[in-house]
Amino acid sequence: MAGLRLFFGRWIVTIVPYVWLLVFFLAPFLIVLKISFSATAIAMPPYVPVFDQLAGFWEKAKELSFDNYLWLTQDALYIKAYLSSLKIAVISTLITLLLGYPMALAMARAPDRLRPILLMAVILPFWTSFLIRVYAWIGILKPEGLLNQALMATGLITEPLQIINTDWAVYIGIVYSYLPFMVLPLYATLEKMDYRLIEAATDLGATPLKAFWQITIPLSLPGILAGSLLVFIPAVGEFVIPDLLGGSDTLMIGRTLWVEFFYNRDWPVASAVAIILLLLLVVPIVIFQKMQERSA
Amino acid sequence: MRRFTAFNLTTLTLGMAFLYLPILILILYSFNASRIVTVWGGFSTRWYVQLMQNESILDAAWVTLRVGLLSATIATVLGTLAAIALVRSGRFFGRTLFSGMVYAPLVMPEVITGLSLLLLFVAINFDRGFWTVTIAHITFAMCFVAVVVQSRLMSFDRSLEEAALDLGATPAKTFFAVTLPLIFPAVAAGWMLAFSLSLDDLVIASFTTGPGATTLPMKIYSQVRRGVTPEINAVCTILVAFVATGVLAASVIGKVRAPAKAP
Repeated sequence: MAGLRLFFGRWIVTIVPYVWLLVFFLAPFLIVLKISFSATAIAMPPYVPVFDQLAGFWEKAKELSFDNYLWLTQDALYIKAYLSSLKIAVISTLITLLLGYPMALAMARAPDRLRPILLMAVILPFWTSFLIRVYAWIGILKPEGLLNQALMATGLITEPLQIINTDWAVYIGIVYSYLPFMVLPLYATLEKMDYRLIEAATDLGATPLKAFWQITIPLSLPGILAGSLLVFIPAVGEFVIPDLLGGSDTLMIGRTLWVEFFYNRDWPVASAVAIILLLLLVVPIVIFQKMQERSA
Repeated sequence: MRRFTAFNLTTLTLGMAFLYLPILILILYSFNASRIVTVWGGFSTRWYVQLMQNESILDAAWVTLRVGLLSATIATVLGTLAAIALVRSGRFFGRTLFSGMVYAPLVMPEVITGLSLLLLFVAINFDRGFWTVTIAHITFAMCFVAVVVQSRLMSFDRSLEEAALDLGATPAKTFFAVTLPLIFPAVAAGWMLAFSLSLDDLVIASFTTGPGATTLPMKIYSQVRRGVTPEINAVCTILVAFVATGVLAASVIGKVRAPAKAP
């Protein structure tokens, strides 16, 4: 009896979240996939159903339309947007790593009683609204904004710099927003590191720089990889940052999808854009999942 | 030996300044008397007064609060169950798919999650509004809760549960009397995370919302597109203060309670 109840209890524990995710996570993807193969229609919902009945599946399958995908290859805008998203994501990930690594290293080397406070200080901005943090930069980067005021007051520049509405503002926005995602995994690996290894290396005559390159960096590789993936993956599909900080010529695929969906009301093309974006991200997402499972 | 050098101090100071200055400037300028956001015209709370009379912002705040409370609570229950399933159920049919579905939303671009959920709601003819936003928020927040609770469950002494079961407690009683109190800090942290994710979300809510369910981030976004105003700074300041107070209070309570639990 108890065994039966135990079995039943275990079963319920698994089945409830499982079914929820099947219905609200997996099924929606299949629908996106399906709609990406259907033709656009001026109606509500604005697409022609591909196969609503399972009967006649094969006849319907012949009607599957690759038009939306062909359209994506024919219009240079989409390919440019994909490539530009990847470029912006790679560059911002590298800048975030270059800024985040020294910070994480300093945190890991800080005195014991300071470390929890520093950790909290890095986590706190992560809790504050993403939208607000992006918004805060508009006032700073505007031509008449605080950065230009400060630079002109110090005499470094005479004309205000045009930063907002350029790719530069997008880099600043992504680096700023995702910095905690980089610092936290780096700190986790650097904090656990055995610092006697560094002592051993310097005792044997290595310069601090050499010890850093040959010991600290290799040992922190899991943190570097985890942090970079946590920045890169969401950055590729980012919408808010390019929309608010970028210019009209800043092409990013998340924004293209948004425009296709909300302004052009072309749901099938928006779905095809989403499927291709997902295909681009499958490899980094799978690597990230393997790392999560291994650490779990 | 861990040596904290002048270089470390410099990078840390600059890094923290980079993280905090923009938010501090935003807060400072919410008290600016001048309507021009970048010119300081003296201290004033007029934007806060004006905000309190702005019906549409108050409505949006109310919607956001309700969605946040409800979705965070349900996401915490589902996420905790998912974490238990991942840690305790061993191998079961479709485990790889299940863990994949738990980890994938953590890194999924929001535009994809939003679009796919909306297409589901349209396909099943579900009226869009308060409930669709809530369901969407539950779905992605429960995965964050699952990861937070999972890490706590791993570092957890299972012999306590076994002792309770040996002494005749039912599995349900064991869970509520032994397991839940032990993992409670993680469950509470998961709830906080789910709540703040819901409070913050613009993209997924924009896709899944319907008439009458405009959330605060959507409201802020539509006003920001029209330009920076001190009123928006005031809303943002209140939100930042609200979340920061919650997080700091939770961490202080966590610290006060932790030594008390030690034997």
